Amino acid sequence: MAAGIKDKVAILGMGCSKFGERWDAGPEELMVEAYLEAMQDAGIEPTQLDAAWFSTHIDEIGTGKGGTPLSVALRLPNIAVTRVENFCASGSEAFRGAVYAVASGAADIALAVGVEKLKDTGYGGLPVGNMGTLNPQWSPSGSAPGNFAQLASAYRAKHGVSKEDLKRAIAHVSVKSHANGAKNPKAHLRNEVTEDQVMNAPMIAEPLGLFDCCGVSDGAAAVIVTTPEIAKAMGKKDIVTVKAMQLSVSNGLESQHNSWDGSYFHTARIAAKKAYKEAGIDNPREEVSMMEVHDCFSITELVTMEDLFISPEGGAVKDVMDGFYDADGKVPCQIDGGLKCFGHPIGASGLRMAYEMYLQLQGRAGERQLANPKIGLTHNLGGAPSQNVCSVTIIGAQGA
Amino acid sequence: MAQQTVGLTAFGGYIPRLRLQRKAVAQANAWVAPNFLGKGKGERSMANWDEDAVTMAVEAARDLLGPDDDRSHVDALYFGSTTMPFKDRLNSGIIAAALTLSEQVRAVDVASTQRAGTSALMQALSAVKAGEAKHALVLASDHRKTKAVTAQELDFGDGAAAVTVGTDNVIATYLGGASLTVDFVDHFRGGTEEFDYNWEERWIRDEGFAKIVPRAVKAALEKSGVSAGDIKHFVMPCSFGDKFVQQLAKRSGIAPEAARDTLAANCGETGAAHSLVMLVHTLQKEAKPGDKVMVLHFGGGCDALVFEVTDKLSSQAGKRGIVGSLANRTEETNYLKFLTFNGLIEWEKGMRAEQDKKTALTTLYRNEDMLMGLVGGRCTETGVIQFPRSRISVNPNNHTVDTQEPYKFAEKKAKILSWSADFLSFSMNPPNHYGMVVFEEGGRIMMDFTDVEAGTVDSGMEVKLVFRIKEFDEKRGFRRYFWKAVPVAANAAKSQTGQAAE
Repeated sequence: MAAGIKDKVAILGMGCSKFGERWDAGPEELMVEAYLEAMQDAGIEPTQLDAAWFSTHIDEIGTGKGGTPLSVALRLPNIAVTRVENFCASGSEAFRGAVYAVASGAADIALAVGVEKLKDTGYGGLPVGNMGTLNPQWSPSGSAPGNFAQLASAYRAKHGVSKEDLKRAIAHVSVKSHANGAKNPKAHLRNEVTEDQVMNAPMIAEPLGLFDCCGVSDGAAAVIVTTPEIAKAMGKKDIVTVKAMQLSVSNGLESQHNSWDGSYFHTARIAAKKAYKEAGIDNPREEVSMMEVHDCFSITELVTMEDLFISPEGGAVKDVMDGFYDADGKVPCQIDGGLKCFGHPIGASGLRMAYEMYLQLQGRAGERQLANPKIGLTHNLGGAPSQNVCSVTIIGAQGA
Repeated sequence: MAQQTVGLTAFGGYIPRLRLQRKAVAQANAWVAPNFLGKGKGERSMANWDEDAVTMAVEAARDLLGPDDDRSHVDALYFGSTTMPFKDRLNSGIIAAALTLSEQVRAVDVASTQRAGTSALMQALSAVKAGEAKHALVLASDHRKTKAVTAQELDFGDGAAAVTVGTDNVIATYLGGASLTVDFVDHFRGGTEEFDYNWEERWIRDEGFAKIVPRAVKAALEKSGVSAGDIKHFVMPCSFGDKFVQQLAKRSGIAPEAARDTLAANCGETGAAHSLVMLVHTLQKEAKPGDKVMVLHFGGGCDALVFEVTDKLSSQAGKRGIVGSLANRTEETNYLKFLTFNGLIEWEKGMRAEQDKKTALTTLYRNEDMLMGLVGGRCTETGVIQFPRSRISVNPNNHTVDTQEPYKFAEKKAKILSWSADFLSFSMNPPNHYGMVVFEEGGRIMMDFTDVEAGTVDSGMEVKLVFRIKEFDEKRGFRRYFWKAVPVAANAAKSQTGQAAE
């Protein structure tokens, strides 16, 4: 087996725009906002960048295709820009590209920027896209909430959880994220909500109500990576390194083979196992300090707690209701508000998750700072439960 | 050599489960048309938004053919309708593909008259008699659009019927028949028009039905060598009331009590399908071996066919037919929904409905058995069943290559694994229900649900599959078809409630 990525790459700087309904900004302005913060944090000049990765999902309504939108917006010094897209996990893909470039020695310093401008469609929710010429001729013309909501029906059937109990547990997932997001000045949604409010909200896709769905936001996030040696030589302290970076992609099993019961993410379990091995983590429930997971919908977060082997199978409802993932719980989850409240500009989300883990590890998370975190995990998912890509990334203090 | 027996060998039927309550229509329109209040009785069948003449014909045919995978015996298909979704694309070809009939089938569309159903049947009888076909499938189906505030929207219904014509196991022997062709324009639908234009009812009744039908009856009796007094069942669609049909029978020397139920009260007149709809209904309800049946359809003249029921009729006992279809009903009191389903209301569908629905015809043809016939694959080495078929098997333990043979899913038992009722995505009938359907023998498909009400679905529920319209491409006048899942228990429960309320 490959030696893995552990401690081969350090984060030199990160930036993140304010997320939300950014009527004031196009994708270019959002990219610049995240980039300038990251460059200032890194303390480097543009000429020091060797290569860049650029992630955006819906290029049709956002930036356009190719690498030029990033290069032009940032006036990059004619370096390589690779545009990547992997559904909602695109941001993690850009991150992975930059990290692998540095790890390979092909680049000393690499940039990854993710952006999505979703609020130029004229309506709420995600844009409707075609999926080639064959899929639309047979796949349901559904929506993201309708696809993810199906986890709930299958989870209830498998674990014998009542409609009401599951509805309350997923409501708590959102209540917790709202409480966290309220403390984050860059978050899209900064209001606290109650369980009753969540449970009585208008239905979007049964059983998911309005507050079970994440924000549809504009935003950008950026990371600059280098080797730990270069970071140290540049005088950086509290160096944060990449411990693991895994991506698992469905091969059609979930959607075509009856071995999958519809209640969990097959890919997440594979990516998590590989990531823990790469990072040298034996007992994630004890060793992971904090997490940012892909809480596109409350039910996604709930089942993901099991897929990441933090909660035992069938035990997520209890852990959630016990406050295990709350800000003052054992493994705080979505401490920045998550996709739910920080927002979900698709191409930026994977990098936004890393941004919060990075700030927390450096003790720079302000009002939401956790006590002495060592290991942060990000889980970034794209697609639907029955067919998806799942990225699990672990970062931590150098030497942790 | 003895004359070979030719006749009907099987039947099937389909009436959409929605029953629009005429009272709701009449009351909604009373402000402008109080004269229709008197017609506000009973109910008419109402196609779901995703049904048309083709999909209903497929359902009637499936009822007739049963769940057997092998349908290679069907060597001819005659489809009669005045509401074929395509003017130039063989509509019976769509039906043949959905039914996974053999490529060798002779498929013919019979159109442009209310007697398209009986004319299709006559062509099938001729083909079998001539020995050019052995098992001819005859389908008649209609989904006529009507303007709001018309007698037609109250009188019409949507539905389909199916019969096969052959020489073995005949349930009703064909004794003979006649066609009169008269350019009597009681109504017409111009080539570019959506709706019928109708002339005065009294003229249609007195100069049309009352004069033309008896001539057809006489000719058919002569051809079949049957005397009028021997006709036990006089099967003729007519919206002038049962009494008028009885008088018409009597005028031809047929006993008035032979006039069969026009299903005006609980179905409405299903256009070109209606003579066969009534025939199937009669065969299910009243007909006994030895009975002589006359089937007529008026329109641009009149078709009249005479049959004699045989003791093989009992072979059709398990069929849903028209009787079973009529029993599976859900009352619909929302007249606006009827208007909307029929495209009579310009409503704001939201920006999500703006997505271009252009269909890649190359892709459609390349995947024809998958998209039209719901044919997937079965691995000949491991037996793993999957949808869609692929060169490399999905089997996680053995990704065999090029081992798959076609496998038909449409008639297989299946249940719901996961589902949602989605209010966000565009649907003609929200919430949009869809989910993962798992097949008992193997395989699964994430698919749309239809004929379902919110709050009636759950995991583990049994479903049956139906061929429906998937999307309309309004820009280009195309429509996509695919298969959808209908939750069975939910329908049964709804239907019982409906009947209790009757």
